[in-house]
Amino acid sequence: MEFAPKIKEFVQSHLVLNDEGRVIRDDDQIFEQGYVDSLFALQLVDFMEKEFGIQIDEKDLDLANFSSVGRMTEFLKRKKGMESD
Amino acid sequence: VKLKPGIKKIVRKLDSRGILQSIASKNDPESALSKLKELGLDAYFLFPEISWNAKSVSIKHIQEHLNIGIDSIFFIDDQPFERDEVRHEHPQVRCLDASKYKTLLGHRGLNPRFVSSDSRRRRLMYLEDNKRKAEEKEYRGPKKEFLRTLGITFSISQATVQDLQRAEELMVRTNQLNTTGIVYSYDQLKKYLDSTTHKLLVAEMKDKYGLFGKIGLALIKITKEAWHIRLFLMSCRVMTYGVGTVFLTYILRRARSEGKRVRIDFKETGTNRMMLVTLKFAAFREAGTDRRGVRVFENNLDTIQNIPPYIKVKIHGIRPKNKRIRPKPSCP
Repeated sequence: MEFAPKIKEFVQSHLVLNDEGRVIRDDDQIFEQGYVDSLFALQLVDFMEKEFGIQIDEKDLDLANFSSVGRMTEFLKRKKGMESD
Repeated sequence: VKLKPGIKKIVRKLDSRGILQSIASKNDPESALSKLKELGLDAYFLFPEISWNAKSVSIKHIQEHLNIGIDSIFFIDDQPFERDEVRHEHPQVRCLDASKYKTLLGHRGLNPRFVSSDSRRRRLMYLEDNKRKAEEKEYRGPKKEFLRTLGITFSISQATVQDLQRAEELMVRTNQLNTTGIVYSYDQLKKYLDSTTHKLLVAEMKDKYGLFGKIGLALIKITKEAWHIRLFLMSCRVMTYGVGTVFLTYILRRARSEGKRVRIDFKETGTNRMMLVTLKFAAFREAGTDRRGVRVFENNLDTIQNIPPYIKVKIHGIRPKNKRIRPKPSCP
């Protein structure tokens, strides 16, 4: 499954700082740059769990896993890989 | 339709205590609402649910509109069936037979020890919020532009004795964005006001529609090497304005400017997962558990979230240890 486009679409639709037609890039630091609001974090976790059928545990809740679309994609691949073993 | 004797007075009294009131009624909405208006009571009821839905569904809608915990709802109805239906769907809702309405004012849960000026304005704040939301719906354009039109000012200040009642109230009422759920008493907090080892900070917010009042609280222990946040909370009412991290960002920057680390206590309460997620996404990492079983997270301050540019931050009267710190501009 291609994760990145779906994540990107979700993030894009929740941007607070949505400058005219700005498209989010894989390496944009969405939290650090303040592109999203605080409620978004929880919505994102919820979205990833439902959309990709994973369980995000507390140990997964690390900014390193969610700081950008690219990081989230890598995290998902790891998570999916682990679960299919 | 005639009102029960004394009911108007009870409605007004509850309202003045900051108790929010709504309606779950099986009725024709138009005629029920016009009757309420005629009786001069319509303004007291927020988000009335008048339909042919099950009352448990109405209660759920009201809860979502008010953005409060289901366990803070008190349901009053004259029909045993309705009370049972609501109780069955929402076991945490307390129910009362409407014939006992005269006992309401004396009920413990409806009789807060303090009523701060913020809680007295609670219903008005929701009404102001309705205006905001209606305008947001009308607004065509990016969300950022809409938020900019609100003219949000977020103020952070050292707490004074006038803030303590509201502080206690915030600790009791705030569940989701609350680090520990621990409630300090008025007297305990008072000791921290003039303390040299602790800072008690309050955050306040306003926009063009009105005041949100005091919506955030932080108790910080100052040590040689760290700012240790013992309690941090933000009211859920302001979450959607992107201000949730502003307060935290201020604390992190200020500590960094003094060359200190930031630690924060965290204790799961069953309802504060949002706080956990907020901390994790603000780059806090678990550092250990203290003697009381409270977990301690630490932030190495490498990355601190920016303050959105549509929010104006004001800092009042926070005792300068070093020189005065201004929040950095949020966009490089």
